[in-house]
Amino acid sequence: MPDTKWRLVKSFVPEAVCRLAALLVISVLFLILYYIFQRGAGVISPAFLTALPTPVGVPGGGIGNALLGSLVMVALGALLAVPCGVAAAVYLDQNPKSRLAAACRFASRVLTGVPSLIVGLFVFTLLVLRTGQYSALAGGIALAVMMMPVITLSAEEMLRLVPNSWREASLALGASKKQTVLRLVLPAAAAGIAVGVMLAVALAAGQTAPVLLTALTSIFWPENLLQPTASLPVLIYTYAISPFADWQQQAWGAALVLVVMVLMLNIAAQLFIAVKNRRG
Amino acid sequence: MEQIKIASPKRNGEGIFPFLTAAAAVSMLLLVGAIFLVVLWGAWPALRAFGPAFLFSAVWNPVIDVYGAAPAILGTVITSLLALALAGPLGVGTAIFLSELAPHWLKKPVSFLVELLAAVPSVVYGVWGIFVLVPWMRTGPGLFLESRLGFLPFFQGPSIGVSVLTAGLVLTIMILPTIAAISREVMRAVPQDLREGLFALGATRWEMITRVVLPVSRTGITGALLLALGRAIGEAMAVTMVIGNANVIPVSLLAPAQTAASQVVNEFPEAFGLHLSSLLLLGLLLFMITLLINLVAVWLVYRTDQWSSGARQPGKLKGKGVAGHA
Repeated sequence: MPDTKWRLVKSFVPEAVCRLAALLVISVLFLILYYIFQRGAGVISPAFLTALPTPVGVPGGGIGNALLGSLVMVALGALLAVPCGVAAAVYLDQNPKSRLAAACRFASRVLTGVPSLIVGLFVFTLLVLRTGQYSALAGGIALAVMMMPVITLSAEEMLRLVPNSWREASLALGASKKQTVLRLVLPAAAAGIAVGVMLAVALAAGQTAPVLLTALTSIFWPENLLQPTASLPVLIYTYAISPFADWQQQAWGAALVLVVMVLMLNIAAQLFIAVKNRRG
Repeated sequence: MEQIKIASPKRNGEGIFPFLTAAAAVSMLLLVGAIFLVVLWGAWPALRAFGPAFLFSAVWNPVIDVYGAAPAILGTVITSLLALALAGPLGVGTAIFLSELAPHWLKKPVSFLVELLAAVPSVVYGVWGIFVLVPWMRTGPGLFLESRLGFLPFFQGPSIGVSVLTAGLVLTIMILPTIAAISREVMRAVPQDLREGLFALGATRWEMITRVVLPVSRTGITGALLLALGRAIGEAMAVTMVIGNANVIPVSLLAPAQTAASQVVNEFPEAFGLHLSSLLLLGLLLFMITLLINLVAVWLVYRTDQWSSGARQPGKLKGKGVAGHA
């Protein structure tokens, strides 16, 4: 058949284009990582990680307060979002077919697509505008709103992996539904839920707009939850758009710290899933 | 003989437990409603002052307290459509590679790298954009377009680096993983027998892809593209850092402009009164548009998902790469 060769060529060319597309996408990732490491590595030192920022031109400024501020706000966000998100997931798992479950699942998926800027505006109008005070608390709440749907969706997925026969066995032994959930289903799915929480934490740690609009920034150590608080992403943003070379240099260093933290969390989560899948 | 404790619903707070979990589920719905109402409340003064004219007026002047969103809306539309036009083919091509072409051992690591691209915070893309992409655009492609195609109004110079085109490119990179990851999921869910059927009829691999995989996963891919469009529209930080923040109707792709999100981030610190309310109105517009796009997209993606849920592998985290940045 003379036709066959032509058909193979017609098949080969677009396939090659797809291969190139994938190669391009991966190269972009490596290109960006390369620049972040190349420009940022020189800035990083123990002092950089622990010192307070200094005014322009004064050497020795660091990101200590921004790191601590990010840590506080992300922890606060997780503290609020994990119980609520997991509870919602338990509901979805217990009543998978109910109308409320469908609506909640839908709302969670839609919420993950709501721009984080809007979440920032929401918490700003709700809290900051009312109290006239930017605060770490408002920042933590904004991050909780970002994290909750992510945690719910992944936790539901993990709860669903617990075999139904286990639940039936537990109920047959006389345990109540609550006991079954709290003593059997949640512990069995705990590791998987933790992975979802890690991914949500990674997502929250990199958020700039919600934190900028709610916690603003500060050049001091965070002392309580009710005052403006520095965070790593906001510091990166302010330093990067500043016209000063030493601040721009520090923006690269801070970006490297943030990228390493976020990627480590993601890689750890993926490794965990891979190990779990292998074990069955 | 030990006494057997029988769980009594009342005593163990059994009654309140389902109530609590249901309340958590309801709170997710309330959250969507609350976001809308609270932002609407903040935007109300501007909504009353300008009405629908807000959408069409190009005047944004804090001195005389008159605000119109036409430049921001146009900037948003142009940058996000540009990003979608560039990232769409690239992302779907990558998904085809990951789902159909890649050798087995390569599929997982490459898919993982694509997901990492989605995990990089947007402010980091902004740093890379402002210090690497902007200077490169100024001297390289920007200058080339200006000198060769500058007679066209939308390639008019001078190319100063920060521009609609640069913002479009950064957005392209940022939405690529969304398109690639979700399209791959959707394509993977195409039943294997359909593929084998076409091979048995003597089709080449590409013929199989275009006649089976793509048609079957078309709805899901459309959903992925819409989700990516929603992300591009709402992206704030990276765009703010590379678009130049000029409040003008964008004409040339090489000139600075702004998007709704970048205008909010940029003017927020100094705004109060009607100015602040107008920024919140911009936010409300963003929220409603992205909400609408997401409603359709989620419906499309998860409809196909349900349809083929039997083919899905357990133990995979879903909903990743969909999450919004900024």
